[in-house]
Amino acid sequence: MERTTQKMIEIPRDVMAGEELWQPGVLSCQGCGASLALKLALKGLGRRTVVVIPACCMSIIVGSYPYSASQVPLLHVPFETAAAAASGIRAALDVREEKDVVVMAWAGDGGTFDIGLQALSGAAERNDDILYVCYDNEAYMNTGIQRSGATPAGAWTTTTPGEAIKEEPKKDIEKIMLSHGIPYMATASVAYPADIYTKFRKARSIKGTKFIHMLSPCPPGWQIDSADSIKVSRMATQSKVFPIYEVEDGRYTINVYPERKVTVKDYVKPQGRFRYMTDDIISAAQELVDRKWENLTGMANFKAP
Amino acid sequence: MRQLLKGNYAAAEGARLCRVKVISAYPITPQTSIVERLSEICASGELDAKFIKVESEHSAMATLVGASSAGVRTFTATSSNGLLLMHEVLHWVAGARLPIVMTNVNRAVSGGWNIWADQTDSISQRDTGWLQIYCESSQEVLDSVIMAYRLAEKILMPVMLTYDAFFLSHTTEVVDVPDIERVDEFLPPYRPDFKLDIDNPRMFGGLISPDYFYEHRYTVHKASLEALNYYPEVCREFKDVFGREYDVTEEYRIDDAELVVVTAGTITSVARITVDKMREAGKKIGLMKLRVFRPAPVDLWRNVLGNVAKVVVIDRNLSPGLGGVFADEIQAALYPLETRPLIYPVVAGLGGRDVTPADIEGIINHALSSDDPAGAPLFWGLKQ
Repeated sequence: MERTTQKMIEIPRDVMAGEELWQPGVLSCQGCGASLALKLALKGLGRRTVVVIPACCMSIIVGSYPYSASQVPLLHVPFETAAAAASGIRAALDVREEKDVVVMAWAGDGGTFDIGLQALSGAAERNDDILYVCYDNEAYMNTGIQRSGATPAGAWTTTTPGEAIKEEPKKDIEKIMLSHGIPYMATASVAYPADIYTKFRKARSIKGTKFIHMLSPCPPGWQIDSADSIKVSRMATQSKVFPIYEVEDGRYTINVYPERKVTVKDYVKPQGRFRYMTDDIISAAQELVDRKWENLTGMANFKAP
Repeated sequence: MRQLLKGNYAAAEGARLCRVKVISAYPITPQTSIVERLSEICASGELDAKFIKVESEHSAMATLVGASSAGVRTFTATSSNGLLLMHEVLHWVAGARLPIVMTNVNRAVSGGWNIWADQTDSISQRDTGWLQIYCESSQEVLDSVIMAYRLAEKILMPVMLTYDAFFLSHTTEVVDVPDIERVDEFLPPYRPDFKLDIDNPRMFGGLISPDYFYEHRYTVHKASLEALNYYPEVCREFKDVFGREYDVTEEYRIDDAELVVVTAGTITSVARITVDKMREAGKKIGLMKLRVFRPAPVDLWRNVLGNVAKVVVIDRNLSPGLGGVFADEIQAALYPLETRPLIYPVVAGLGGRDVTPADIEGIINHALSSDDPAGAPLFWGLKQ
C-alpha cells in the first residue's frame, strides 16, 4: 500500500463547513464510498435540492421506515427509472415555479450502465434539466457482488466466479453520455472531496442534463480493508484507471493530474477481487488505460484553430 | 358545446378540461391520436402543461411518479404492450398512493401481433392496485376522465379508464364538451397534503420492514374499497352539474329479468339493442354493464344478480387455462349466496373479432335453452 501525503487528504474548510444535509447513523458498510460521496455532493448542492434514488445500496443506506438520513426531500423509485422520475419532478417543479431547485438522481452502476440506461439516454437526449450521478462501485453490490457493465476486466464477482473472471472491459459510460451532447459531464472520486464539492456547486448552475460519474469504493465487493477505501480510490486516479476530469460544452479539463507513477498492477494488487488476474490481462488493461489517457490528454490540450 | 369526437380525442379533451399539469406518454396504436392531440394543444397553449415525450411507456409512468410526487396533476395514455411495459411502475404508483389518471385503449396482447379490441391488457393489470373503469362511448370517456380526477385525488389512488380499440378509439360520435369553467367548479385544483417539498423535506417510498409492510398494503386495499363509497357521490355531483348519469355499474331493464347479460366496453351497446329486441319478442332479458371493476363491487353484483335465474357473462378477455376473468370474479362473488343464479361464462370477440347483435342473441338463446352451464366457458364464434 502506498503512503499518502498529508497534502492529498487535506479537505478545504469551506467544504466541510457547509450545511450537513446527510445525517449520521446511516446503514452503509464501513469504508463505503457512496455514502461519503452523497454527503459531499449535498454540501455542494445545498438545501434547495430534491434527490431521487432507484434500487441500489443507497436505498438501504438512507434508512428504513420511519427513519431517513436525508435532510432534503427524497423519492425512492424503481430500479430503472431514476432519470425518468427525475425528469418528472423537474417538470412539476417548473410548473410550481421552483426552477432553482436542483433535481438529482443518485443511482448505482447497475441502475446507470445497465438496467437504467434507456431512461437515462432518453432524459439526456431531451436534455432535461436534471443532475444524474452514477456512484460506481463496479458491480451489483446491493445484491451481493454480481458483475455489471461497469465491472472491469479481470474482476471476480459472484457471477464471474473462480477463474471465470470477467473478460470484457468496463463499458465507457462517459463516452456514451457525452455522445448525447449534454452540457456537463464530469468524473469524481471520494479520494478528492474538494473536487466533488466544486463540481456539484458548478453542476447546480448549469441548465440541461448534467452527468457525474463517481468512483465509489466498496470494501466488501472489492475485497479491500475498509480503512483503505480512500487510498485505493486515489490509486485508481493516480494509475489513470479512473481519471478525474470534466467536459463543459465539449471543452475537456483534467482536474487531477497523477503525480506519481502508479501502474495498473499497483492498483489491482491490494484488491482481492483482482486476485485471479493474470499478467496478460493486466498488460491488456494497462494498454487500454494508456490509450484512453492519451486520448483524454489529447482532448484536454486540443484548442480549436 | 356539442362536437364530433372519436374516443381518443374525447380522452384528450378530458385531460385538457381537467387542466393537467404534466403529461408523459409514448405512442402506441391505437392510442396514438391521444398523444398527437395532446401535443397539439400543449404546443398551441390551449393546455398549459409540460408534455414530456419519453422513450418508453415504462418511463412515461416513471416520469409521472416523479411529477405526481411533486404534487401536480398528471395524465398519460397507453394500450396493450405499452400497458404491460408499465406493469412494475403501476404497482409502485398504487403503493405510493399517487392519484395519476390514465386512459388505456383496450387492445389485444401480443405475441402474434394484433392491434384490435381485447380487454386482456387491462385485465392482466387488475392486481396492481389501480382502479379500473370500463367505458362504452366517447361521451363516457370524456366524462369519466373528469370524474376520475375527483375520485383519485380524494382517495389517493390511481385510476385507469379503458375503452375498446377502434370500436371506440377511432369511432366518431357526438360528444357534449362542457365549458372548462364548469369543470373547474366540479374539479378543484390538486393540492395534496404531502409532496416533495424543500420546505418540508420528507422521504417517500423507502424500505418498509415486515413490521410495517403488511399494514401498508392493507391501507392500499382500504383506499381502493373507499372508491365504492365515494364514486357514487362523485357521479351524483357530476349529474347535478352536467346532467349525465353514471354509477359503479349500469343496470338496464333488469327489474323482472329472468336472464341478465353482463358486459363491459363497447359490446354493451350491442347487448343493449339486443335486449330491446328480445324484450319486444316477450323474453325477459336484462343487462348489467360493468363500469368499475377495481375495486370489485362484490356487494353490488350480489344485489343485482343474486335473485336472477340466469346470468350470462361475456368476456372480451382470456386468462388461458381459466377462461374469462369477469365471469370468474362474478362467480366467486355470488358463491356465498344461499341461492345463486345459473352462470354462463362466455368468451367472445377476442382480438377485435366483431360481436354482432346476432351473436348476443345467439349467446342468450343458448343460455335460455340449457339449464346446465357446466362451468366451463363457451367460446362463442370459435372457428373449428
